[in-house]
Amino acid sequence: MSPAPILELREVSKRFGGIAAVDRVSLEIRRNEFFALLGPSGCGKTTLLRLLAGFERPSSGTILIDGQDLAGVPPNRRPVNMVFQSYAVFPHMSVEQNVAYGLRVDGLPRAETRRRVADALAMVRLGGFERRRPEQLSGGQRQRVALARALIKRPKMLLLDEPLSALDRKLREEMQLELVRLRREVGITFLIVTHDQEEALSMADRIAVMFDGRILQMAAPMELYEQPGCRRVADFIGTMNLFHGRVLATMDERLRIEVEGLGEIALPGDGRASGEVQLAIRPEKVRLSRQPPRDGLIAAHGTIDQIAYFGDSSHVYVRTDGGLRITCNRANQSRVEETPLTVGEPCWVSWRPADCILLTE
Amino acid sequence: MSEPAGPLDYDRRLWLRAWLAATFVFLYAPIVILIAFSFNDSRRNIVWRGFTLDYYARAWNDTSLIEAFTNSIVIALLATAISTTIGALLALALWRFRFPGKAAVEGALALPIVIPEICMGVALMAFFSRIGWPTGLPWPLNLGAIVAGHVAFCFPFVAIVVRARMAGFDRALEEASKDLGAGEWQTLRYITLPYMRPGLVAGALLAMTLSLDDFVITFFTSGPDTLTFPVKVYSMVRFGATPTVNAASTVLILVTVLLTVIAVRLQRPERTIVEGPRA
Repeated sequence: MSPAPILELREVSKRFGGIAAVDRVSLEIRRNEFFALLGPSGCGKTTLLRLLAGFERPSSGTILIDGQDLAGVPPNRRPVNMVFQSYAVFPHMSVEQNVAYGLRVDGLPRAETRRRVADALAMVRLGGFERRRPEQLSGGQRQRVALARALIKRPKMLLLDEPLSALDRKLREEMQLELVRLRREVGITFLIVTHDQEEALSMADRIAVMFDGRILQMAAPMELYEQPGCRRVADFIGTMNLFHGRVLATMDERLRIEVEGLGEIALPGDGRASGEVQLAIRPEKVRLSRQPPRDGLIAAHGTIDQIAYFGDSSHVYVRTDGGLRITCNRANQSRVEETPLTVGEPCWVSWRPADCILLTE
Repeated sequence: MSEPAGPLDYDRRLWLRAWLAATFVFLYAPIVILIAFSFNDSRRNIVWRGFTLDYYARAWNDTSLIEAFTNSIVIALLATAISTTIGALLALALWRFRFPGKAAVEGALALPIVIPEICMGVALMAFFSRIGWPTGLPWPLNLGAIVAGHVAFCFPFVAIVVRARMAGFDRALEEASKDLGAGEWQTLRYITLPYMRPGLVAGALLAMTLSLDDFVITFFTSGPDTLTFPVKVYSMVRFGATPTVNAASTVLILVTVLLTVIAVRLQRPERTIVEGPRA
């Protein structure tokens, strides 16, 4: 028996007009989890967050927080707090007043409010900024104000709506670490909504991938990356080489598959797959070589079509003789290479059959 | 050697400075003359004969002028308070809600602004007589019709100014307030109203000025024995403009300038920061 979840959604739907923004979503979030809702823009993840905060009412379904049914509970009575995408820091109040707002409207004694504000500001490392006004703060500092303002209420869950999307890259990485540290420190369940897979993968304990209002897969980051459940998830998370194929036969725990452009290959498989399938392989698992690879690998010969240099690694796009375009991610391990790769050069790509993912949908 | 004037160095171009000066003369010379001749020791507004405060005393002692002045101030204050409230509420409703016929309401809002004042005056007069608005009431109840008329043409201005202000308001601020535990009223008081305030002050000032100097609509809606300042001035000027009128007008200008200064000071950003619950 696992402990009771902090949040439980049962068949929650939200329709605007005839269109379902959230379509029969059921999920459970565990206590103290860092949970991410990941999906492209317009997939319904923000609507789902607004349903939890109480700004939208579900068309059907039940939302339970810590066992309490939230139907009919207005936003100001819900045990959740939100960090808005625009941060929504009150422009006419100082940092201190912003952070104290939630306690003051609750009518907490002044002394306690002051103490908790000081604690909250220290926690987000904004000590000394009490008297500053929002327009004197950077984007990152404003976000810290929004975080302190929400956390000071000691919610059962903190909802974060695309919290890092407005920050530049360096600051975003810093805030990712900061959010994970904060979550550990305060022991509150975090639910983050994002379209940025790196954000979700690096911070979350578990991720739900949402498309068109539905959750396609819910898993830990590594499982989601290495074991995507369907083509759309595989394609959305990271980069993926996808090939069409058809199962020919199953024998001795191996699947024989006819793949377009690669010919007939054998994969370890449990025999459930049949008919049309998709074969997927991550670019970093594809090896690039000038010599023909050893036996036992899936291999194809081709020429280098294009090279995209990222500094730490490069994406090498190979056009195979069979007409496939395969992306290979190659770590740039030495500063100077003796014989660097050149566009137009013939080469081999290969990978281990066990690194392939077989997708049936 | 001085450098050539850059594209934004307006103050270094002689013809621009001359143009600016001409504009100021055009705008303010009549007012300066009005004020200056209120101190002129002559019955006529033509030749300077020496300084006197005589006409201020006369204006002060002219009971019907004082009555008209008081009426105008009372009307303006009431009309401003009412139209600012109605206008702000309307603006808030238009900003916040979506409802059928919203576009029509927004269009109709501008109607009292574009309708010629004379038509509005006649319409209001016909309306008041049709519904049998009581006349001959004791002061200040006798100002009711005029106040109602002023509110009718002032509140759309307030609504439009406040609506424009609210267009820049991030809805997430209200949501954040509620998310942090504030109810509707607390949110209105601590978040929405402080943001709206510059719009409210500007709208109220506009309403005040419009009401204070309105002649046409007042003329049609006032009862036979209710005088307001513009109507009184009009009747005085018909028998020749006297320095008494100048003196009274100068006082009115002073009042409006004072109000504006107060309003502008109220909008200082340093003052808005101390707002907020029990800050």
